[in-house]
Amino acid sequence: MINQSIDGFLHPNVSKSVDQIFVYAKLWLLTWLTAAPGWVIQIASSLINIFALLGVFLTLFALMSVLERKILGRIQNRYGPNRVGPFGLLQPVADGIKMLIKEDIVPARADKLLHFLAPILIAAAAILALGVIPYGRNMTPFTIDGGILFFFAVGSTTELAVFMAGWGSNNKFSMLGAMRAIAQMISYELPLIITVLPVVMVVGSLTPDRIVAAQAGYTFGFVPRWFVFTPWGATAFILFFVSGLVESNRTPFDVPEGESEIVAGHMTEYSGFKYATFFMAEYIGMFAITGLAATLFLGGWHSPVSVLEFIPSYIWFFAKLSALLFVYIWLRGTLPRTRVDQIMNFAWKFMLPMSFTCVIAAAVWHYAGRGLRGWLWSLLVIAIVYTALSMLLDTQRKFAPRVYRFAE
Amino acid sequence: MSSAAVVIIAILTLPAALAAATLQKLMHATLSFAVAVVGVAAFFFLLGAEFVGLVLVFVYIGAVAVLIVFTILLTRRDVGKDRAANWGGAFLAVAVFGGLTWAILKTQSVAVVAPHIRAVTVKRIGEALMTNYVWPLQCVGLLLTAALIGALVLVMEEKR
Repeated sequence: MINQSIDGFLHPNVSKSVDQIFVYAKLWLLTWLTAAPGWVIQIASSLINIFALLGVFLTLFALMSVLERKILGRIQNRYGPNRVGPFGLLQPVADGIKMLIKEDIVPARADKLLHFLAPILIAAAAILALGVIPYGRNMTPFTIDGGILFFFAVGSTTELAVFMAGWGSNNKFSMLGAMRAIAQMISYELPLIITVLPVVMVVGSLTPDRIVAAQAGYTFGFVPRWFVFTPWGATAFILFFVSGLVESNRTPFDVPEGESEIVAGHMTEYSGFKYATFFMAEYIGMFAITGLAATLFLGGWHSPVSVLEFIPSYIWFFAKLSALLFVYIWLRGTLPRTRVDQIMNFAWKFMLPMSFTCVIAAAVWHYAGRGLRGWLWSLLVIAIVYTALSMLLDTQRKFAPRVYRFAE
Repeated sequence: MSSAAVVIIAILTLPAALAAATLQKLMHATLSFAVAVVGVAAFFFLLGAEFVGLVLVFVYIGAVAVLIVFTILLTRRDVGKDRAANWGGAFLAVAVFGGLTWAILKTQSVAVVAPHIRAVTVKRIGEALMTNYVWPLQCVGLLLTAALIGALVLVMEEKR
């Protein structure tokens, strides 16, 4: 298998070789090991994938942390960090050094083991989730049957890690933060997973590569066949994006670490490098969830216009990822924090029925022939449910004095 | 290599399972339980049944362990002290283990090598669930819906 691909490396056409440059680089590295037994090659191949993944995403994390502050500064009409390096680009290095040399404080009454393990577990879960996303043509680090399921199975361990942090710190702010985090993570995990179902149903596979492959090509020659351009896909994408915001505890939904109420939530008792690990896990979780959103709804690494297909696939993927991340920062600069009860009501009364509607609308789209007729029918289903829901939930309700049930 | 992996996974799983049964603090027991579940899921991965392993992690860590932890927190009470050895449970566990070992040793089908077993893909499991096993699936769905409605009825506000 290696030799045959290396032939392609010797006589490539230019556009293909640029597209597959990282794949060839990995195969070239593995040629050093052709004499070694099979399991050594297998382990080496995995290690190359892991190091590439970590290198790319830790760099992206550093870049994101400084760009976020720059963009937030721009939104708030100020400069943002601009002292360290050109345009403040070396700020993450300074931050990293500062975090590393800070004192690591563990509370005397804390559960030492859990307090220590929580940041490791949360970072490990976030990094594992990155492994199943296709970053370009032939560039999925770990191809397993049921990769989507793997993503969510790994993501569900994050909740336990947050709990370990909150309980292990032995602090009421940590505990409250952990309870809030888990309540909202469990509530929004449901819409998050259910909005993936229509895509899985339509493609007929849980493998991310197959889902990306199903979105290749163009309708009428210019509209890409991405799922976001169908009514059910667009609805599911918006619901998925909002649930992703909640899962990564980002601003409109950052009550678990609402500093005006509970200091820093489950991270209250963490300092120095452990805090930095939490911070990193949050950002990497964000990359994973936006990466999955791009894979499921935005056509993964496919280019939006057929003329631009010469641009390498991984550039398209990271362009989509950056666009979604920019929306995350933009929302953070624009929206205030929601209340806990508002978040929960929104999840159970609006998000959940709407995500079930997406499943039904996708079925309607499929059985009406996946053409214009199906497009209109599924739009009708979604419009009916949306109108009915907004009438049922009584959004124009008059405000009345608050009635307390338990505190009189 | 796979026999070495079995030993390594067993070394991780068995103490975790034992800890889940014996540790004094309930929170620690729950987390050991989660580790044991990961170990069992690793066994399924090793056997090529990725789907079962993933569902195991998904359900037992994402749902059951979180549920137990939530229950421990909501029932605020110092549960560290009154957790004595449960001899009846231990007897039952040994009896089940002995029975299973006896059954496995007596059976003939383990020795039969089956070279024509197809790989168990997610697609095949889905097809089986939707054709041969559709009635059990629907019954489980009905049961879970009933449980959900029951939970809602329990916490519903009374009309005054």
